[in-house]
Amino acid sequence: MASVTDPVLECRGISKFFPGAIALDAVDLTLYPGEVHALLGENGAGKSTLIKCLTGAYRRDAGTIVLNNQEISPNSTQDSQKLGIGTVYQEVNLLPNLTVAENLFLGRQPMWHGFISQRKMMTMARDLLAEFGLSVNPAEPLSAYSVAVQQVVAIARAVELSGKVLILDEPTASLDRDEVDLIFSVIEKLKARGLAIVFITHFLDQVFEISDRATVLRNGRVVGTRRLADASQTEIVTLMLGRQLEDRIHDRAPPAIGDTLIELTNFGKRGMITPFDLTVRKGEVVGLAGLLGSGRTETAEIIFGAVQADQGDARLEGKKISIRNPREAVTHRFALCPEDRKSDGIVGDLSVRENIILALQARQGWFRPLPKAKVNELAEAYVKALDIRLASLDMPIRLLSGGNQQKALLARWLATNPAFLILDEPTRGIDVGAHAEIIALIEKLREDGMALLVASSELEELVAYSTRVIVLRDRRQVSELTGDDITTSNIVAAIADEPMAEAV
Amino acid sequence: MIRSTHLPLLITIATFLLAFTLCASQYPAMLSTRVVANLLTDNAFLGIAAVGMTFVILSGGIDLSVGSVIAFTGVFLAVILRDTSIHPLVAFVLVLAITISFGAAMGAMIHYLEMPPFIVTLAGMFLARGAAYVLSTDSVPITHEFYDTLQSLYWKAPGGGRFRLTGIIMLLTFLAGIIVAHRTRFGQNVYALGGGLSTARLMGVPLARTTIGIYATSGGLAGLAGIIFSLYTSAGYSLATVGVELDAIAAVVIGGTLLTGGTGFVAGTFFGILIMGLIQTFIVFDGTLSSWWTKIVIGGLLFGFILLQKGLTWATTLRRKPATEFAAQS
Repeated sequence: MASVTDPVLECRGISKFFPGAIALDAVDLTLYPGEVHALLGENGAGKSTLIKCLTGAYRRDAGTIVLNNQEISPNSTQDSQKLGIGTVYQEVNLLPNLTVAENLFLGRQPMWHGFISQRKMMTMARDLLAEFGLSVNPAEPLSAYSVAVQQVVAIARAVELSGKVLILDEPTASLDRDEVDLIFSVIEKLKARGLAIVFITHFLDQVFEISDRATVLRNGRVVGTRRLADASQTEIVTLMLGRQLEDRIHDRAPPAIGDTLIELTNFGKRGMITPFDLTVRKGEVVGLAGLLGSGRTETAEIIFGAVQADQGDARLEGKKISIRNPREAVTHRFALCPEDRKSDGIVGDLSVRENIILALQARQGWFRPLPKAKVNELAEAYVKALDIRLASLDMPIRLLSGGNQQKALLARWLATNPAFLILDEPTRGIDVGAHAEIIALIEKLREDGMALLVASSELEELVAYSTRVIVLRDRRQVSELTGDDITTSNIVAAIADEPMAEAV
Repeated sequence: MIRSTHLPLLITIATFLLAFTLCASQYPAMLSTRVVANLLTDNAFLGIAAVGMTFVILSGGIDLSVGSVIAFTGVFLAVILRDTSIHPLVAFVLVLAITISFGAAMGAMIHYLEMPPFIVTLAGMFLARGAAYVLSTDSVPITHEFYDTLQSLYWKAPGGGRFRLTGIIMLLTFLAGIIVAHRTRFGQNVYALGGGLSTARLMGVPLARTTIGIYATSGGLAGLAGIIFSLYTSAGYSLATVGVELDAIAAVVIGGTLLTGGTGFVAGTFFGILIMGLIQTFIVFDGTLSSWWTKIVIGGLLFGFILLQKGLTWATTLRRKPATEFAAQS
């Protein structure tokens, strides 16, 4: 049906280059009126770059954008809005201090004898919101309402201002299920009006629930466009992750699994991660797999106490413990290497040496400084053990390469001699050589009897070192793979929530 | 229905009424129209400056140059009326043109150079004060029959209160301020700026025009306040009105405007001015208290209102309602 009508928007061969990188490589995207088109891809696939080229926030370097048979080159979001392309972001871009009506009509208020007619504006706002199935008091400040209501107000404003294409950039990322339904009902209404809607999200279930077609991007290229009625979740996930799904045989020593170290029961936090049970034994690497936003990082943070759990029990070697903050976690000999080492991990201007001993010193207490000789000995030992390449221990850590920074961070936590090490994306943004070294290190730590929990988006990597893989999806644990079941295709199948393939 | 945003304004009005009742119960003479008329006359220049300051603070900025601009205006008028034969009305237009362009220039610097308003208007404060010194370091009396005419204009209310022209001008300024804030696109854009600069930009608010307009308004109103002040004192003195910008900021905050911008009312500032004036009047009536008690009470009030604002911000976030209640029955 959709193919009969003319497309509203047609992008042909859109390219965008950044110094040293191709962000978009000849991307095509076609939108038909009355369709919800999902734009999918992992982080860095080029989704947001494409959106920015469409809305004029970026200048495209090649390609054409045709809107209603007319070529356009918007050079600002204002511009694209006037042409008919409206955008709503995850962060509501409205003013919380203004009333709902003022937000809807800012810049185009109904005037009466040169002055704004408040009464007229309220009536118009009420009518407009009623069309979107929302009955709120437009005279209340926007901040009085929940994010979902604000999101609908933002959609209403965008549609009023543009009216041809609506881009929704992760509008449901921070919403509860009821609230998602509210947004979806609005999307359905707009679909019926004949708008073309681009829907970006990390929640695959939501994609299949509301979208008609999906375009999948990977590394700046379109790897496929599918009608979702004909596609399976596995197909989409495979497209997104783009692995050559040849399963590697893991040739490693059978894990010498020791006693139970950590036991979490019904552990979770409302709105962040659905309560889960987790047991980690000594000499075990538990991998956490899942798409972006599936709850990997959240799981790591909640176990380390960076985010406080609001329910559940934690036991350490059978004894009940509390993990309300990272300090408590550190006293239980937990350690966490965070995902974003730039903002959460390294202290850029401190020397490599100081960065390495930071956690140990913090655990000791700041009033009992480590002796200088001990500091040097420790730092040198880890630099050697982890093969951190540097000119001197005194150089600021920000001058090291990504892989060496990651290793220095690992050294920081290893120096505290942890019993339980949590790694969140240990190999993000580091080169191939360092990659292999970190994997080897994880293996070695496991063989030494440490308990590890590793969250990663690199499936092959997880398969390589995990003794057990837990698959997360929409912020809950959906599946657990052990032994020979740990294969990339089984992980993909679990992420896509389909029956597991027969183990080979 | 009372909206949470109106609450600070209502509390300010309630504070004023309570304070007035307390004062009147102690000194029944304070209930006379004479006291009310003097309250308006004595605070006319501060009130006018505070209207400008309200716009600046609503937009999330600050204007420290106000007191200096008032002093400069006074000295400028005094010197020009002493040394030339220009009619005061022409001099008024001239000085307003100067102060408006001065404010606009500061606004342009804030916007185009992306400088914090604090530092730009601090520079403006030194500049205007310095310019006043250059014109004259002495107190220059103003003796012009037109000034006498203006000063003798008043409406005598029953009870002996004299509502002078200056007080009336302040009331008109507040009225105009209220209308501009709520009934014009400029006013709405000021609130939008205070809500968040980058969001306002994304929503299509003309940032340059609005920012320059805000500081030009503040500069112009400081000029008008200077004219009123010269009518009030019949002189221009470069050392006058030091720190008036801080009194104006205090009046704005006591009036319920959030210092972070985006929330508040011009009408609230009016009551802020009245509360501050009332404290002063009370101390005059009492006669035994040091006038520094004014500062102490204002300081206490400021603390109280800051706490109140924080409390209200928390309360509104807590009161946030779940989404699903609002879905219309369809």
